[in-house]
Amino acid sequence: MHPFSLTKAANTREALNAGRKGGRYIAGGTTLVDLMRETVERPETLVDISDLPLREVSVTERGGLRIGALVSMAESAAHPKVRSLFPVVSEALELSASAQLRNMATIGGNIMQRTRCTYFRDVTADCNKREPGSGCAALHGFNRMHAILGASDVCVATHPSDVAVAFAALEATVHLLGPDGERTVPFADFLLRPGNTPNREQALRKGELITAVEIPALPRPLKSGYLKVRDRQSYEFALTSAAVALHIRSGVIREAKVAAGGVGTVPWKLPAVEKHLVGERPSESLWAAAAERAADGARPLDHNRFKVALLKRTVERQLRIVGGTK
Amino acid sequence: MSTELPQSSVPPPTGVDEPSSAPTRRTFIATTTAVGAVVAGGVIGGTLLVDDEVAAAGAPPESRVSLTVNGTRRTVTVDNRTSLLDLLREQFGLTGSKKGCNAGACGACTVFVDGRRVNSCLTLAVRLEGAEVTTIEGLAEGDELHPLQQAFVDEDAFQCGYCTPGQIMSGVGCIQEGHTGSPEEIREWMSGNICRCGCYVKIVRAVEQTAARK
Ligand SMILES: Cc1cc2nc3c(=O)[nH]c(=O)nc-3n(C[C@H](O)[C@H](O)[C@H](O)COP(=O)(O)OP(=O)(O)OC[C@H]3O[C@@H](n4cnc5c(N)ncnc54)[C@H](O)[C@@H]3O)c2cc1C
Ligand code: SF4
Ligand code: FES
Ligand code: FES
Repeated sequence: MHPFSLTKAANTREALNAGRKGGRYIAGGTTLVDLMRETVERPETLVDISDLPLREVSVTERGGLRIGALVSMAESAAHPKVRSLFPVVSEALELSASAQLRNMATIGGNIMQRTRCTYFRDVTADCNKREPGSGCAALHGFNRMHAILGASDVCVATHPSDVAVAFAALEATVHLLGPDGERTVPFADFLLRPGNTPNREQALRKGELITAVEIPALPRPLKSGYLKVRDRQSYEFALTSAAVALHIRSGVIREAKVAAGGVGTVPWKLPAVEKHLVGERPSESLWAAAAERAADGARPLDHNRFKVALLKRTVERQLRIVGGTK
Repeated sequence: MSTELPQSSVPPPTGVDEPSSAPTRRTFIATTTAVGAVVAGGVIGGTLLVDDEVAAAGAPPESRVSLTVNGTRRTVTVDNRTSLLDLLREQFGLTGSKKGCNAGACGACTVFVDGRRVNSCLTLAVRLEGAEVTTIEGLAEGDELHPLQQAFVDEDAFQCGYCTPGQIMSGVGCIQEGHTGSPEEIREWMSGNICRCGCYVKIVRAVEQTAARK
């Protein structure tokens, strides 16, 4: 680990000042400390933001939900409002990492976490994300865990977060505070596909701080849930996952929100699947036909062809779990 | 009680976390590969990584921190890079907490910070000003083992024992959090603790029995 200095921000203004000067925010530290130890990350100054007042979960006026950036994964998952309004968020969180890590890690840090691509984590390997221009060892290497959607020739790494898949499905917005004031960014625009600049991962300006993630109100009743498929039953990243939310009234699906994880360079929203569902009545054949569209545009690599079929089945299974039949 | 550790009793930074001057395994491999290339193809360069680390480590920033460990107030000066795990093991001599992966992936280092189970390997010691830490050494009441410690003995819930301190701390957390409704629930909420010896059945039983006794 490279040496660094550390300052603790007493308030938001102090944090932004330090951030503007190039200081790196640290929340739970579960991504940052790990990557610093691997010398993948080498910040010279850390800004401890744990004292900032960003720990609230609140229901918005219209019936959406706002989760402060410093609320831990454990607290968010257990929060009664999160559980009752958006079970898909609680489930995605409780299927993430471990109980210990969820006690430490925060919502803001979670959506900022970096890929688990093993070549990215290994400073002796070529990796365009870590060292732009050095090449991508995964492209023709061991790429079983990598993306089949949204990749470029420059980087094929997945975004590993689970709750980000739920946020993408629900069309959340990210609240930011920077030297120039506040702004909000739709979740779909917050995490960036690699293109030619895989080192740029978020639409975050220098020194900007995530203050909250807001989930918009959706018509009620809303059923939702998260399914995660992985190599071991727990404490493992997704091979594929599906976040599904359905508003069904008078036997007809009026709203469908669907996204997939473990397959894209960013959480992968599935508009074609959603479109196939809206206006239809739940049925076994509907779930299968809609899920057939889940891998549209997929470009598998040498070792992850299995993800195409697995993704469709994951989405189909989760549609059935959430929507039932008849 | 307050123990002020004099500067001199603090081991040199080399004993703490990754040695700041010695190459890590990875930088060593990188260097030897590059040196190989120098010999074979006359390529210049290669020891960059190691040089960088040595140069940057000139005077590593330190901080003073006061925290309570197992009821005892301690004040120390630490290299900012020091993890709570290394502070406990290398400076406080509390070697019960174990280092498995040093990356959040095994749970051997599990301790309590302010009442919650966390991975001490990913916790920077300098951030713990005023924190209350409980380790496996602080669990027993005098000579009387904590009920979960006793249950691990009764159930023979270990083989090599390396994961055990982490398992027990995590199990205490699991019971406090109320995630002991079924063996399946215990397994899920204890999944952050890997047992290389595969003693899971007995570990689950020990947690289950201790929870039932409460
Ligand atoms: C063994 C292991 C298994 C894991 N398994 C899973 C899993 O299955 N699913 C999953 O989703 N995740 C998993 N994770 C990842 C974990 O969820 C993340 O490490 C965690 O959520 C990061 O949050 P943090 O608060 O610790 O972030 P930190 O490490 O503190 O920060 C991460 C990054 O975010 C930035 N940052 C943090 N907060 C803010 C803010 N408010 N504004 C701007 N920037 C900010 C930091 O500067 C840093 O770049 C796993 C991690 C480990 C170590
Ligand atoms: S997939 Fe991306 S992160 Fe992985 S080695 Fe290639 S460039 Fe690096
Ligand atoms: S040593 Fe901390 S989790 Fe493995
Ligand atoms: S008893 Fe050996 S690792 Fe668990």
